Amino acid sequence: MDFMGAYSLDHLSFLMEGFWVTLKVAFISIVLSFIIGSIVGILRYARIPVLSHVLAFIVEIIRNLPLLLIIFFTYFALPEIGIDMEITSAAIVALTVFESAMISEIIRSGLKSIEKGQIEAARSSGLNYYQTLRFVVLPQALRRMVPPLVSQFISLLKDTSLAVVIALPDLLHNAQIIYGQKQSYVVPMFLIIAMMYFIVNYALSIIARKLEVKRV
Amino acid sequence: MLDFSILTNNIDLYLEGFKYTIIASLIALIASFVLGTVIAVMRIAPLKVVNAIGTVYVEFIRNIPLVVIVFFIFIVAGISGTAAGVLGLTIYTAAFIAEAIRAGIMAVPKGQLEAARSSGLTYGQAMRFIILPQAIKIVIPPLGNQFINLVKNSSVLGIVAGFDLMYQADLVSSQTYVVFDVYIFVALFYLVLTVPLSLGVGYLEKRLGKTS
Repeated sequence: MDFMGAYSLDHLSFLMEGFWVTLKVAFISIVLSFIIGSIVGILRYARIPVLSHVLAFIVEIIRNLPLLLIIFFTYFALPEIGIDMEITSAAIVALTVFESAMISEIIRSGLKSIEKGQIEAARSSGLNYYQTLRFVVLPQALRRMVPPLVSQFISLLKDTSLAVVIALPDLLHNAQIIYGQKQSYVVPMFLIIAMMYFIVNYALSIIARKLEVKRV
Repeated sequence: MLDFSILTNNIDLYLEGFKYTIIASLIALIASFVLGTVIAVMRIAPLKVVNAIGTVYVEFIRNIPLVVIVFFIFIVAGISGTAAGVLGLTIYTAAFIAEAIRAGIMAVPKGQLEAARSSGLTYGQAMRFIILPQAIKIVIPPLGNQFINLVKNSSVLGIVAGFDLMYQADLVSSQTYVVFDVYIFVALFYLVLTVPLSLGVGYLEKRLGKTS
């Protein structure tokens, strides 16, 4: 184990470049999949005939497939039918497709968890459907959704590392390049990248716990 | 349209991958259930040191990517891709299972244990007859979800040459020069495993939810 050599300034800045890619790809995918997941979740909750069923079918298929397969598919298979993307976009698209399905389920079950009596009370006190959703259902549901949403975001950040299979230059990929030079760099590299992933994700989970406590 | 000859001509490889995916998932499931239970018990044990070890394990493993764990084992331990994959899956999933079990036990109201103890049961009997039967009801749905995740996560074996579905898909597509159809068929194999499981979990969630 060569910690001094492995943690040279060059290597550390190369790792930081990779970490930046990890964070960037994760952040863009989080934002996109939160938007798409919310729309899909709300449409399914609203029980629109046909559309809700079609969405339910698509969500179930995507949720039950490995993300790795979706990443491979997006980057290697889609070009065969004329959809060609460069690595970063492919990673973002694949992550967004998968995580949107997961997030839509969180949103839908959060909305569903609001008791019927609440909605009936709101409606009978004169609020219309839209107002009920906006002032009664959503505020309560959002609080319940925060912890599972944050753990889904943590998953997403970790899942970004799967994009090494399409050579996305993320944290894991750059670490691989460094330990590829020397056997004695392997353990130091894994230690440092594990710590980097851990620090960001653990911080996120602490924030989630704080938000959870506040709700009581 | 899909070219079914891709599937029929390579059915041996597909089935070989399917077999490895199932076996790897089952072994990892049993092993991570055992390890996860041990860690859950450590986390609720009255001994502070034991407690801390359990907590550090769960918090650390849950917050790093599975691929990082599997790669590390594969490179450092110098074992086969399949073994490294199964070991990595076990270590990773155990952290999540430990959390599910701990949450289940904690969800049983304290009064239950006190009532059981004061009606003359020993701690072991109280756990066995009063606490655990109630905790299991709460724990089964999240455990089912972890198993589904485990099956999906077993695809990382493909990256370290673990002979699973993903690995065979890679092989078939490099032999046939077709990617799209090959991966659609692989997706179907995964769905055959995961969809019934998730329907089962959904059913259990509803049924156990009603009776409790």
